[in-house]
Amino acid sequence: MQPILRLFMVKNTSDLARLGVILALAGLILFGALRYDNFLSPYNILSFLRYNSMFALIALGMAFVIITGGIDLSVGGTAAMASVVAALLSPYHWAAGLVGGMAAGLAVGALNGFIITKMRIQPFIATLATMLAAYGTGLLMANNQSVSVSYDTGFTVIGQDDFLGFPIPAWIALAAYVLGWIVLEKLPIGRHILAIGDGEATAGLMGLKVERALTGVYLASGTLAGLAGVILASQFGAGQPTEGVGWELFAIASVVVGGTLLSGGSGSVGATLAGALLLAMVFNILNFENGLGWISLSAYWQSVIRGAFLLVVVVLQAKLMARHRSA
Amino acid sequence: MLLSMQGISKAFAGVPALKSASLEVEAAEVMALVGQNGAGKSTLIKILTGVYRRDEGSITFDGHDVDFAMPAKAQAAGIATIYQEINLAPQRSVAENIYLSREPKRFGMIDHTAMRRGAEAVLKTFNLAIDVDRPVAHFDAATRQMVAIARAVTQSARLVIMDEPTSSLDEREVAILFETIRTLKRSGVAVIFIGHRLDELYEICDRVTIMRDGQTVAKSPMADMPKMALVRHMLGKELAAFQAIAPEDIALERPVRLELDKAGAGVRVRDVSLAVREGEISGLAGLLGSGRTETARLIFGADKMDRGAIRMQGQDRTYREPADAIADGIGLVSEDRKIDGIVPDMSIRENMTLALLPKLKKAGIVDRARQDEIVSRYIRALGVKCTSPDQPIKELSGGNQQKVLLARWLATDPRVLIVDEPTRGIDIGAKSEILKLLRSLADEGLSVLMISSELEELLAAADRVTVLSDGMSVATLPRKDLSETALLAAMAHQEE
Repeated sequence: MQPILRLFMVKNTSDLARLGVILALAGLILFGALRYDNFLSPYNILSFLRYNSMFALIALGMAFVIITGGIDLSVGGTAAMASVVAALLSPYHWAAGLVGGMAAGLAVGALNGFIITKMRIQPFIATLATMLAAYGTGLLMANNQSVSVSYDTGFTVIGQDDFLGFPIPAWIALAAYVLGWIVLEKLPIGRHILAIGDGEATAGLMGLKVERALTGVYLASGTLAGLAGVILASQFGAGQPTEGVGWELFAIASVVVGGTLLSGGSGSVGATLAGALLLAMVFNILNFENGLGWISLSAYWQSVIRGAFLLVVVVLQAKLMARHRSA
Repeated sequence: MLLSMQGISKAFAGVPALKSASLEVEAAEVMALVGQNGAGKSTLIKILTGVYRRDEGSITFDGHDVDFAMPAKAQAAGIATIYQEINLAPQRSVAENIYLSREPKRFGMIDHTAMRRGAEAVLKTFNLAIDVDRPVAHFDAATRQMVAIARAVTQSARLVIMDEPTSSLDEREVAILFETIRTLKRSGVAVIFIGHRLDELYEICDRVTIMRDGQTVAKSPMADMPKMALVRHMLGKELAAFQAIAPEDIALERPVRLELDKAGAGVRVRDVSLAVREGEISGLAGLLGSGRTETARLIFGADKMDRGAIRMQGQDRTYREPADAIADGIGLVSEDRKIDGIVPDMSIRENMTLALLPKLKKAGIVDRARQDEIVSRYIRALGVKCTSPDQPIKELSGGNQQKVLLARWLATDPRVLIVDEPTRGIDIGAKSEILKLLRSLADEGLSVLMISSELEELLAAADRVTVLSDGMSVATLPRKDLSETALLAAMAHQEE
């Protein structure tokens, strides 16, 4: 076992969890490719990437938040509100929609950061409150219905068109992940974020600027959720104030499946992406299974199966890590 | 003079913690800073390092007047602190921990190669060759401490403060640490060494500053301060507030009820033997860090015993958890009422019967009539001053809170009651009342093991005193041999 682990550059338990999620992802892709005719068709791959880029973006922000030992429950509400803001601004200029949606997300993130660092409120409570506020604001601005985007300013290009053969949302997500990886692995601030998650008081005594780093993390999470909202509006042609429900759970699940500890202090950008793709892949495979016509699973059953799959992955990971630790 | 702190005063919510304390440290010397719990050592250090702000006094460091507003400022000025619990980020690598917040950079990104080389180089000066890419949590306490010291050195610290650095180290690790301290000294760095193990202080420190009750009571070169004098300065002398309440002598040797035979656990309790007899108060004395509280926790099943035996009335026992010890008739009134003892917002009635609730159930519901009976009996018997049994316990004075806690355990009808610092934070009148109470309980047959830092208290109330030093029981003094001098000598661990 040990030489194989070394081959995969496994140095510690979180590397092992990352290895697990990548292997599981590879296994699912292999399973799908062998079982379904059109699984590896360009159409399936491209629409898979187009749709799931939104979740990948949110998961990235969530990974940073969870690494500090916090949580951001407001991302779904933020994305919904940002989609409305983007739709409302899209008639002026495509960039107005893009920047406006991201700014809406940034504003929620700033509020989260302020409440958490200055008013010393638990992240769980703070972001629960801002989640409700964001949904409410979105509904108010949209008058309780979806808001059509403008098709004249090119706003829909963001979500619907391709660049070099790949969907633009996938390029955006890829860029965000590369940037995220550089921040976490290569810049001092990334290592400080990890150290803060390891112990906030200790990090403070070591002279790190804890409040600034925490605020930055929630700003990033909010902005990425805003960007996801922009893509949502652009892809579906409308601002959707009632979308986004449960997105925060998808994001948290992706991060956890990627081997990041909820207690903070450890985590990886790459494994978070793999985690998000893994969960999305389960959905994709269930759709294909329905398509075969042998069984018919309702959306509710899909949810149950996804939950069960998530549980299995997390339990397996915990077992692997426990064994590795005792070895 | 590298550091001079003069006339430092500090009060918390009107309660003075420091009263014109002082501390002076020269470059390249190791200064011992000693004192009992609450003497003000850590407050003084926290004022120096910018965790607290002083009310009065002046600090000069390296020739400049300083007043650090936050720990980062003190660090930048060259004062590094290595806290008891070793403040490092456990999941981050050794190299990262050494350089966190001052990472070597290339093009704005962390230069991992330079960081690794730097970490290896600085650890090499302490003869430590380890994989610096491994997480800190992977290493033992001594190595982690060395990493913390390496961090201080790379910050070009002029003064390193070590708060009880040896408390979780074994002998071999202590030797490594001391070698590191000597290396620091040679390079001109001064060290403030806060510690309690006298042998260690005499081995590594050049001078000593002794604090008591928020004041600096003595400063001296280590060599000119005999152990006995050092202990006497630390403990001081309270006014003879207690008259002796123990009977002059115990004519017959009563049967042993609880016995600890060469017990040990980890590095805090190394070899403790003691016996508590029927109907006596057995005292447990020793300096801070000598393992008194840890010994109590061991008996009570709160910590796991590695070596030795516990015997209850002659029979070997194993207590895996406190519930086992309680079932066997042992009670523990812990040192810190506020943390381990009382539930402040609950009533006297509830606090008193907390440990007893399982026995008070009738058909799953608390039998209120029996609860009332027990509560009013103990309020009367112990003289708890309160308006009613339903008064919240936080409204009572310290002494009365302590009585409620005693009642909680007495109601379980124990055979052995361990009381850890039973009179801490209680005014002088109530102190002797608590002692008399313990005495009368002993007279009724209860075995009491009383842990106390106050010599006067032990002299007044105990039938015999076992003295711990550095996790070992070094002497057991029967009543007739008890004296302040004898206790001090045993605590300083001098065979004379």
